[in-house]
Amino acid sequence: MAVMTYLEAIRQGMWEEMERDERVFLLGEDIGVYGGAFKVTAGFYDHFGKDRVIDTPIAEAAIVGAAMGAALNGMRPIAEMQFIDFISCAFEQLTNMVASTHWRWGARVPMVVRGPCGGGVHGGPFHSQNMEAYFFHTPGLKIVEPATAYDAKGLIKAAVRDDDPVLYFEHKYLYRRIKEDVPEKDYIVPIGKGALRREGGDVSVITYGSMVHVALEAAAEMEKEGVGVEVIDLRTLLPLDEEMVLTSAAKTGKIVVLHEDRLRGGIGGEIAAIIGEKAFEYLDGPVVRVASLDTPVPYSPALEEVYMPNTAKLKTAIKDLVAY
Amino acid sequence: MKKKTATPHVAGLSAQQRLELLYWLKLNRALETRMAALFKQGKILGGLYRSLGQEAISVGSAYALGPEDWYAPVIRNMGTCLVRGVTPGVLLSQYMARQIPVGGRDNALHFGSVEQGMVSTISPLGGLVSVMAGVALGFKMRGEKRVAMTYSGDGQTSTGAWHEGLAMAAALKVPLILFIENNRWAYSTPVGRQSRLENLADKARAYGILGVVVDGNDVEAVYSTTKKAVDHARAGNGPALIEAKSFRRLGHSEHDDPRKYVPPEEFAHWEAKDPIARYEKLLTDDRLVDAAALAKIEARIESEIDEAQAWADNVPPPDPSTLTVGVYAEA
Repeated sequence: MAVMTYLEAIRQGMWEEMERDERVFLLGEDIGVYGGAFKVTAGFYDHFGKDRVIDTPIAEAAIVGAAMGAALNGMRPIAEMQFIDFISCAFEQLTNMVASTHWRWGARVPMVVRGPCGGGVHGGPFHSQNMEAYFFHTPGLKIVEPATAYDAKGLIKAAVRDDDPVLYFEHKYLYRRIKEDVPEKDYIVPIGKGALRREGGDVSVITYGSMVHVALEAAAEMEKEGVGVEVIDLRTLLPLDEEMVLTSAAKTGKIVVLHEDRLRGGIGGEIAAIIGEKAFEYLDGPVVRVASLDTPVPYSPALEEVYMPNTAKLKTAIKDLVAY
Repeated sequence: MKKKTATPHVAGLSAQQRLELLYWLKLNRALETRMAALFKQGKILGGLYRSLGQEAISVGSAYALGPEDWYAPVIRNMGTCLVRGVTPGVLLSQYMARQIPVGGRDNALHFGSVEQGMVSTISPLGGLVSVMAGVALGFKMRGEKRVAMTYSGDGQTSTGAWHEGLAMAAALKVPLILFIENNRWAYSTPVGRQSRLENLADKARAYGILGVVVDGNDVEAVYSTTKKAVDHARAGNGPALIEAKSFRRLGHSEHDDPRKYVPPEEFAHWEAKDPIARYEKLLTDDRLVDAAALAKIEARIESEIDEAQAWADNVPPPDPSTLTVGVYAEA
């Protein structure tokens, strides 16, 4: 075990996979000599060489396309989006080309597209977004978003080994803020499995990514007020761990779905619908969503504070639901 | 009586190879003609996109590839698939939405096979360029002397994805051959409204790569031009862009009547340059075929297509219960 940051855990996971399997390689903007905008790939170029750590033109659609072609041809690429916001430039490639391939003609596309998502760092409208909802609707993609350093390493390794295209969203707010013991050995966190982060009997908070930490903070505070809050960390958004969601819903009967992405059309709506359809008889109140406001992500801290969910907003939602 | 010997030709093709090219051209056209009949009968659904008058591009380019090379056809490259070993029966079954080859999941030439080095196209244009650049990158990374080839129409060269793909291929210097099949009409839009360039191959200059123009109605010219580009890419000199000039003599798809928007003189001009009639004349002049030999080839092709259709008619439609299978490779 070693104490490492969330960022270091991603690095170590990729490093180990590249050591383990020579088919694994990296491509993206400024990832080689420079080591990446956030230094996630610092040192890779010197160790693995320019042929496996490929600096590309600023061409996200072609980065994703080239990754797919290499994947069809026996390689295991990890493509970096410098900020996950820019994955929109590759939307066509991902949703039409990459995602449909296995279903349409049976070819495996074992590739990872990873990049920093999320706000709270005053990055403004184009360096702060959460992009999962755009891809959650697309059959054929898998989406993961770790909340802990342990999961960051285990999920990147699982993503590299998966035979399907995996979008790996890493929250930039967590990069250097999360530090914990992470095994320096080989392990994976299975794709498709959530984690029960805290048990509680009164309300379930179903969340992922940086909001897991908001949920845990709120849960600790609510405990002092005598309310038991259960926290589910989805870890994988697609395919969703429905069993874990429904088990918790049946247990507490009161559900808050929390995400940093915007409210309308966010995946919280799908989770609420699944609970409504499959666990209705257990519910003691409406399934409540706590999410960002339906505006672009604002730049000013004064605005971003209003825009994003936080512990206080979550606690209010929990209290209202408890009182329902 | 004159001695019956083949004239040596610039393309360096043997008599046998030239007869093969003629066979593929004629099979390409005959199979698409059969498909047009099946479309009218309602046995082929959706759209049917034919390559009448453009067969030399698909056939000549595919013939220049080695068996280990990969390719990605676009919508009018049935000839490429035939040359690369996709049988008429499989093509008919695919077009008739049957279980073979890909369970009726997508139409026309939207299918592929990793084992056969064939990558499936999709309808939004341009994205295949970077995908095939990635295939070529795989060859390069493993030090294999193989190339990847794909096609675009004149219209596709306007898409951002096409340019990004070429920029990527050039920057990474991968062995990619990209055809521009300039058939002068992107659906109803003439090439002059897509670009101010006289030669679309000039777009290669923007990326510092080899760009050449070839007469797309001359199968041996297409073959030899492709062969040079393939050799260039295989030797590690990076991608090549080939513009093959031709003309789309039918509509964008079977339902579309091009006579509503294409000037009549264009049809006359290009029908006179028909790639098959032209090649038949060349091989006749070179004493490789005569009227009897041509009739024999045609009879052989008709019987092959009849046989293929009989086979395809017996391929069942996909089992509806399979619809949700295969969204993921790993459950």
